[in-house]
Amino acid sequence: MKHIGYLAIVPILGLLLGPVIHNSSTPFILGMPFLLGWMVIWVVLVSVAMAVIYALDPARVTTDPEHPRR
Amino acid sequence: MNAALILIALSVVLALGLGLAARRGHAMKLEEWTVGSRGFGTVFVFILLAGETYTTFTFLGASGWAYGLGAPAYYILAYGTIGYVLAYFVLPPVWRFARERRLISQPDFFAAKYNSPALGVLVAVVGIVALIPYLVLQFTGLAVIVQTASYGAIPKSVAVIIGAVVVSLYVVVSGIRGSAWTSAVKDVLIIIVAIALGLYLPFHYQGGITPMFAALDHAKPGFLSFAPTGKSVAWFLSTVILTALGFFMWPHSFSACFTAKNENVFRKNAIVLPIYQLVLLFIFFVGFSAVLVVPGLKGAATNMALLKISVASFPPWIVGVIGGTGVLTALVPGSLILLTAATLLARNLVGMVRPGRVSEESVVRLAKILVPVVAFVGAYCAIAGSATIVALLLMGYAFVTQLFPAMIMSLLARNPVTKEGAITGIALGVLAVIYFTLTNTTVATLWPHGPEVLRDINIGTFALILNVIGVCVVSALTAPGRGALARGAAE
Repeated sequence: MKHIGYLAIVPILGLLLGPVIHNSSTPFILGMPFLLGWMVIWVVLVSVAMAVIYALDPARVTTDPEHPRR
Repeated sequence: MNAALILIALSVVLALGLGLAARRGHAMKLEEWTVGSRGFGTVFVFILLAGETYTTFTFLGASGWAYGLGAPAYYILAYGTIGYVLAYFVLPPVWRFARERRLISQPDFFAAKYNSPALGVLVAVVGIVALIPYLVLQFTGLAVIVQTASYGAIPKSVAVIIGAVVVSLYVVVSGIRGSAWTSAVKDVLIIIVAIALGLYLPFHYQGGITPMFAALDHAKPGFLSFAPTGKSVAWFLSTVILTALGFFMWPHSFSACFTAKNENVFRKNAIVLPIYQLVLLFIFFVGFSAVLVVPGLKGAATNMALLKISVASFPPWIVGVIGGTGVLTALVPGSLILLTAATLLARNLVGMVRPGRVSEESVVRLAKILVPVVAFVGAYCAIAGSATIVALLLMGYAFVTQLFPAMIMSLLARNPVTKEGAITGIALGVLAVIYFTLTNTTVATLWPHGPEVLRDINIGTFALILNVIGVCVVSALTAPGRGALARGAAE
């Protein structure tokens, strides 16, 4: 899974494109104005994406001190 | 002496005690003092990096932006998140190189990568010029917090001087460990304070988060989305990208990364830090709630929104807890900035006068002498105070971003950028930033009839473009063997 890092682009685009697609305070998401709720969701998805990347990243395995070069 | 004052004093004593205690069991050699002998695990590095997110600038500034500008404040949430994603990919190779070469500062990195002491000096100068206003801003924030939370009992100058003395003491004694230990306490406190205020105030005054936003949207239509001009969507995108690139280019953040004991520390942190940043949400809530409760603050006074609504809503002891937390948000980043600025001065400027002949012991000794000197320059500027400080800080941010192109290219296996190219790019970018800042140039003034979308783009973008053009042209001219100005193929 050498190219798994590219997965990070998805939530970053999501985060940035919210105001481009729909620059408005409504409808409310998660009880917050649209843009803020939208960004909160994508910030969480960034964390999820980074967790997936970490789990599949070959660089992690080769440099993990507890599991040296499998 | 009121309850607030006692609690603020306690927080200062706590910071000092912890900062001094952090030294225990560690002999303060250069590598220990500056980068904790590269022995910090995930948690300590997390605390150091996360600690950077919650400074007085976010505590007062994020609530102030939400209060004064509305939606544009969201950029703070976005740029940090993207900065952490970049860190996942960029910091491991940076860290690996730094450990191999036993580097302790950002100019060390540039000088070693490009094999150019001159580039190191340039990066050190840019770093110091960017760091000093950042330090002044922390002290200014400290003064405002202490003055307000002590109900005016402690004048600004006294607060700043006490702050400068405390920070100098524990930086000299414990180095970066002092910053890490105090940072841990600060982050716990700020999370509690932010969440408590961010929930209590909207529920108390507006009956909940959603009712608060509904009332705000009704009272100020358009406040919760981006304006068509000015702080528009184009402004948001360009500012987020620029500041995300600059995020880890601050000299103190860059060298804080050298403290990690292995490179997976950064990868794990990139998973947790975006979510951790969401605490900022609650600070936004405070600012939004304050719009409806304490309206009328304008300009720089919007930074007072959080403190004003707190004083209006709580008894002195709670104001004291908030004030004490605020003090720590100034002292902790202040200590890291101070440590870094003194190290850059001692190692990368003074040390370069006689390159290779200054021992590590004398670098540490000189840096420790410079800590209180830098602290008092910062304290003096904070007390003398002027509006230009904020302008200087924004300039500082634009400055450090100029280091990004040369840094990222140096990570390539075959870097096409030459040292001449790197120096030209950084110098061009920095000069452009100075020119744009001093003349108040914006894209709208450069190109009055340009398309609307381009007019609001952060002017820093153009400094960065000039930088990249400079890098490309000069690198092509000086490329070993091929370039017109190359000094022979042996380079």
